[in-house]
Amino acid sequence: MKPDTQTIWGWLNEVPDPEIPVISVVDLGIVRGVAWEGETLEIAVTPTYSGCPATAIIALDIETALHDRGIETVRIKTQISPAWTTDWLSDEGRAKLTEYGIAPPRAAGGPESCPRCTSKNVHRISQFGSTPCKAQWRCGDCLEPFDYFKCI
Amino acid sequence: MNTSPEYFEFLCQMGDNTLILGHRVSEWCGHAPVLEEDIALANTALDLIGQTQMWLGLAAEAEGAGRDADALAMLRDAWDFRNCLLVEQPNGDFGQTMLRQFLFDTWHLETLRALETSTEPRVAEIAAKAVKEVSYHLERSAETVIALGDGTEESHARMQAALNLLWPYVGEMFVPDAVDLAMAQAGIAPNPTSLRPAFDARVIEAMIEATLILPDSRFAHKGGRSGKQHSEHLGHILTQMQWLQRVYPGAVW
Repeated sequence: MKPDTQTIWGWLNEVPDPEIPVISVVDLGIVRGVAWEGETLEIAVTPTYSGCPATAIIALDIETALHDRGIETVRIKTQISPAWTTDWLSDEGRAKLTEYGIAPPRAAGGPESCPRCTSKNVHRISQFGSTPCKAQWRCGDCLEPFDYFKCI
Repeated sequence: MNTSPEYFEFLCQMGDNTLILGHRVSEWCGHAPVLEEDIALANTALDLIGQTQMWLGLAAEAEGAGRDADALAMLRDAWDFRNCLLVEQPNGDFGQTMLRQFLFDTWHLETLRALETSTEPRVAEIAAKAVKEVSYHLERSAETVIALGDGTEESHARMQAALNLLWPYVGEMFVPDAVDLAMAQAGIAPNPTSLRPAFDARVIEAMIEATLILPDSRFAHKGGRSGKQHSEHLGHILTQMQWLQRVYPGAVW
């Protein structure tokens, strides 16, 4: 019996992002569609940044997780439109990011506050960071550097 | 799927620009003046290579000859590359690299904005994805060029020298050839000439802030976009970029 797509969404919600393991690929908003095409399960995935090296790992992790659940044929389809924006990140994903020490994205282009001490006295160190989706910021009060999930 | 040779050439122009510049910028990895700049350069290169996969992937589909993006990137020779001469110019110092980036980013952003309304939906999709990354690149390259131009005596002199060196490579990006005219007529891509006023306005604004003087001459080196006369630098890039696939054909990660 084929599991329904809602069940599969639930399973995908347990697949962590390889770079930011506290959020799932569903929280991140990069799973765009789950559909059965005959006996093949087709998952549409969109990249966050076009050169993100984690994209291939994410596809592999999704395939592995679904194989573990007994689904034999999985096809991962890359879908670039509509392009991913940080709006696709779920509210749950935002909360988990903050708790992990990464400031969640904001339309204004910078973090609202330091994810460690909540101070609003924050400064940008660099537009880019440890992964294509992050920038480096620093708190002027607790003086700790932190990652900001950048908004595009 | 549009299968005209001009469409294939146009997609190669887009993909080869991002591929060659992405490779050039990646040469900084581990060598940049400070760690943050090293990371920023590597991330910029990564975005450009990601965009290359989309452009050359579509080019390979349009060509329909059984090649894929990797085959186009790794197994063509210099005369088949359609990138503009600007992107193959050597990195020079950090300032020269950032000035090259600024000139390219400014052209790139105007081009992608126009491509967002392309009559080819696949082109419009790629442009919509890339335009956001490129706006971000331009923000950084413009800020850096302004900071270094309007910086110390030393940094100012180096930026002016870089501008004098690179300016003659700008014109080529706006001279239409048969491919551009065919694309413009089909509504797939803008006529590059139409992008020049917006490009000039953006560049002049930044140069004033950077206290740099634009060379008077409109002389333009040409031959990259047509593939007829690349500078000697492209061959050197290709020997480094392609040697693994040439020596071990079909090798995979």
